[in-house]
Amino acid sequence: MSSELPLLSLLIWVPIVGGLAVLAVGTGNNSAPAVRWLSLIVALVTFVLSLVLFFDFDRSTYLMQFVEKAPWVPVFDIYYHLGVDGISMPLAVLTTFTSVIVVLAAWEVIRVRVAQYMAAFLIMEGMMIGVFCALDAVLFYVFWEAMLIPMFLVIGIWGGPRRIYAALKFFLYTFLGSVLLLVALIYLYFQAGSFEILDFHALKIGLEAQILIFLAFLVAFAVKVPMWPVHTWLPDAHVEAPTGGSVVLAAIMLKMGTYGFIRFMLPITPDASAELDGLIITLSLIAVIYIALVALVQEDMKKLIAYSSISHMGFVTLGFFLVFTIFRDSGSVQGAALGVEGALVQMVSHGFVSGAMFLCVGVLYDRMHSRLIGDYGGVINTMPHFGAFMVFFALANAGLPGTSGFVGEFLVIMGAFKANFWYALLAATSLILGAAYSLWMVKRVVFGKVANDNVAALKDINPREMLVLGSVAFFVLLLGVWPDPLLEVMHSSVAHLLAHVTVSKL
Amino acid sequence: MESIYLAIPLAPLFGAIVAGFLGRRIGRTATHWVAILSTATAFALSVMVFIDTVYDGNTFNGGVYTWGISDGINLEIGFLIDNLTAMMMMVVTFVSLMVHIYTVGYMHDDPGYQRFFSYIALFTFSMLMLVMANNFMQLFFGWEAVGLVSYLLIGFWFQRESAIYANLKAFLVNRVGDFGFILGIAGVLAYFNSLDYADVFAAAPLLADVTMQVIPGQDWSVMTVICLLLFVGAMGKSAQVPLHVWLPDSMEGPTPISALIHAATMVTAGIFMVARMSPLYELSETALSVVMIIGAITAFFMGLLGIVQNDIKRVVAYSTLSQLGYMTVALGASAYAAGIFHLMTHAFFKALLFLAAGSVIIAMHHVQDIRQMGGLKKYLPITYWTSLIGSLALIGFPGTSGFFSKDAIIEAVHASTLPGATFAWVMVMAGVFITAFYSFRMFFLVFHGKERMDEHTREHLHEPPKVMTLPLILLAIPSLAIGAFTIGKMLFADFFDGVIFVDPAHDTLAHIGEHFTGALGFVLHGVLGLPVLLSFAGVALAWFFYLKRPDIPAAIKDRFTGVYNVLVNAYGFDAFNDKFFAAGGRRLGRLFWRAGDVAVIDGALVNGTAFGIGRIAARLRHVQTGYLFHYAFAMIIGLLVLLTVFVTFSF
Repeated sequence: MSSELPLLSLLIWVPIVGGLAVLAVGTGNNSAPAVRWLSLIVALVTFVLSLVLFFDFDRSTYLMQFVEKAPWVPVFDIYYHLGVDGISMPLAVLTTFTSVIVVLAAWEVIRVRVAQYMAAFLIMEGMMIGVFCALDAVLFYVFWEAMLIPMFLVIGIWGGPRRIYAALKFFLYTFLGSVLLLVALIYLYFQAGSFEILDFHALKIGLEAQILIFLAFLVAFAVKVPMWPVHTWLPDAHVEAPTGGSVVLAAIMLKMGTYGFIRFMLPITPDASAELDGLIITLSLIAVIYIALVALVQEDMKKLIAYSSISHMGFVTLGFFLVFTIFRDSGSVQGAALGVEGALVQMVSHGFVSGAMFLCVGVLYDRMHSRLIGDYGGVINTMPHFGAFMVFFALANAGLPGTSGFVGEFLVIMGAFKANFWYALLAATSLILGAAYSLWMVKRVVFGKVANDNVAALKDINPREMLVLGSVAFFVLLLGVWPDPLLEVMHSSVAHLLAHVTVSKL
Repeated sequence: MESIYLAIPLAPLFGAIVAGFLGRRIGRTATHWVAILSTATAFALSVMVFIDTVYDGNTFNGGVYTWGISDGINLEIGFLIDNLTAMMMMVVTFVSLMVHIYTVGYMHDDPGYQRFFSYIALFTFSMLMLVMANNFMQLFFGWEAVGLVSYLLIGFWFQRESAIYANLKAFLVNRVGDFGFILGIAGVLAYFNSLDYADVFAAAPLLADVTMQVIPGQDWSVMTVICLLLFVGAMGKSAQVPLHVWLPDSMEGPTPISALIHAATMVTAGIFMVARMSPLYELSETALSVVMIIGAITAFFMGLLGIVQNDIKRVVAYSTLSQLGYMTVALGASAYAAGIFHLMTHAFFKALLFLAAGSVIIAMHHVQDIRQMGGLKKYLPITYWTSLIGSLALIGFPGTSGFFSKDAIIEAVHASTLPGATFAWVMVMAGVFITAFYSFRMFFLVFHGKERMDEHTREHLHEPPKVMTLPLILLAIPSLAIGAFTIGKMLFADFFDGVIFVDPAHDTLAHIGEHFTGALGFVLHGVLGLPVLLSFAGVALAWFFYLKRPDIPAAIKDRFTGVYNVLVNAYGFDAFNDKFFAAGGRRLGRLFWRAGDVAVIDGALVNGTAFGIGRIAARLRHVQTGYLFHYAFAMIIGLLVLLTVFVTFSF
């Protein structure tokens, strides 16, 4: 359990310090190769450390593990307090894996300001891990806000033509949410007398206050997920972001929103959640259906995948909030764990699959500088290996069994039927709609005759790209045929959470 | 034995991996040997398992590995080996082996040779996992996996616009079925707290009278809801009206897979599934009635469409639809064994007919229009005789395998007392006539009469190589004979005891069994029956119309253009789906996007707010671009401060 090394601190600070080192190395001329290798080493070391975390993790307890606690600002009872449970640990590992992929994906693609690019991602990595590991609300908030800066820069510097608009929209949306989050946290501090998140969990709060806190959390986290109707920043941000930015946005940043739901909203305001679960479920189902239909008609591949992300994240929020209906109807939480665990698996899987989809678009964009579906056609004729990967990931995106995309959707649908037939029915439309937009895109981009001279001149993926896509594909497949190792990690924490949220705090 | 069970699906999986990843390196010959030998291994082991299971009575139900556990529910990959599974394994691996061998000849000149072997081996693996499953989740895995391979194979020639349209359509229509199927599975899980067949079937009777409210205030039987949802899945996979639309288009795929996937095995997965779920279906007469009526509609109306098709593969495809309807009707009449029996005989004779069609297509240099054929008998003797056997089996000629299975179904429907049974009986009876008519219309147009092909084609007509004719012969044998040998055991003895459960109240087969004295007696009884007369009449009419007086069909077509157009347009299902679902979905998507996202959310809410801020930002932007590094710099400083603070305070 408590290992000798301060593992979580290492996970946070190795990439941050490594990022600073990369910046320092990157000042000279012709420093790009050194920068790339150093970045890769930093990312790999962090990834290996996170594997230690995964394998040393005690699956039998819901208690926080690898805990580190030191006073930070004693005057305000603010601690540097870290720890992970079965909910946050997989997300930390996902972050370290994604960062390796991002560094590799940028290898010779990013040619300007390489050091700054790599450093931004490494620093962002440390901060995102900080978000998932923080047990002190202020520490959480600092990481939560600080990580916006590198992302803002990534979009603003390496982004597309409308990058300023996108970056601003992104900032505006998330800023609005963050302010309310801060207010809620300060209120909770005055009630609990500390900034400990676990103290907040135990805190008794009246229903009216709970509802206000719930709504503040909702605004903050719904923007990040993003949920309908505060989702419109995401397609713009994705379209303008460089490939790495899109991958991190899709794979990790969106998860911070749903992580907020499960770490803050559900355990701190369970009664408000029970009152307002219908709202969240409605918004989730709108995301699943409305957004999937919007995805269907996109002409820009990145927008299509962005909308598909929103639709898939609807499954996560749906899965989280099934417990209240089930508990109301049956008096037990039997079946609710399917929803929550399905949602958590969906978070991890979506990280792999949508990340991979953005990588695929990146591969094409690097070659043809277009994201428009209409500019492609018959890519598989000139890029057979790439085509195979793209078809594979599109199928995973459509939730094909045997890929990770299936596991989460399947479990959530199973749980949804327990709660209400119609929830399950509406959620299951994703089977049809997800296949429709994913495979229709594949049909138009990958299959068919060579559409034009640009497609005819395409070169298939090189070994580096093969390695990047291949390693993601490996995990998509592994998680699809054997999700048990991931599910196993979650059981104790999820069971504890469900027991906790069904006890009134009034 | 357990390791043998495991080896059976893994052998073709191994073949698929080798063919797929190493195919280019090891070359064409090595690839087909690996694929064929791995499938042959699966077949040989299936025979062993069949003998062990059926004759020595060794059944098996156990897990291979735990896929995942959630909410205390054990989701595992595991096998259930009983007589039904053992029989299905034999059929799947045998037909697959035949198709593998045939492919060596059929795909000889195709640049995607290795890829094709990889796909069909992968299909064999998936189909085996489907039939061997001991739980609903693995069933769904196999279900979607065969759908995936079907998608890949229909679009095998990915440069053809029609092929990649057809494969997308097939996948989406199947997904509509799977949408119902997964809800059915979710229903099973919700009410049984298990997805294991054994647990669910054992607990099923307890839920016979339990109701749920899908629409508030309306009490519906849980079993009916679950069975109907599961049946939606079967309708997708086994192409029942109105989810049949993908099957005719699937003929865009190479012919060997039309035989294997879209005739003999995958499309019968729905039939297999319902038979496997008999303990559930027996608890809902409503569901059985629906199954029977849908099957009857498919059997008759899809057969009717076979009459107006001129593409040799499409005729066989519509015939497949119609025959799947027959199997479905049998399920609805609680004659599960008869449905499975017909599944088996159909697998042989329909695979034979497809492969024979492929042999004709190769001989004709990829001309598929039967109006340009004729008189092929003398050029393709083996194809001719094997086709004749297949066609006779299809129309239920007395003594052939199809005769036994089809007659059993018709009798069972006749004995059924469920609502809709009379309608179904009329439909399947009329279907017999239609089947005979379109089958022999095609047969006569292809093999007899005037030679209508061009001179160049005629000069090059010759029987395809042995690798293609051998499978025809090997399939012709069971098409002819297997019915007589197995009817007694499969329908009227203990073959399916403990596998298929039938409520004595609607045990139609037992009713027929009372008069069953043996295969010969069944034939003698049937020869004088109405079905045989109807099928002879159909053949006679086809002979009269297409050989004796070829002017008549044309005259009828001119006279009844309205009816003809309805049939040629396949009742307008495609047009409706295109307009309503495909275009409608896109229109709705555009509405949500343009009106919802762009106009209301972004236009009014976001950008309205942003406008004010944007004006301030506009000024800042002048300075901003040059100073972006300052942001980064500030960030680094900030982090350093954070670090320092941390270090000072904690140590």
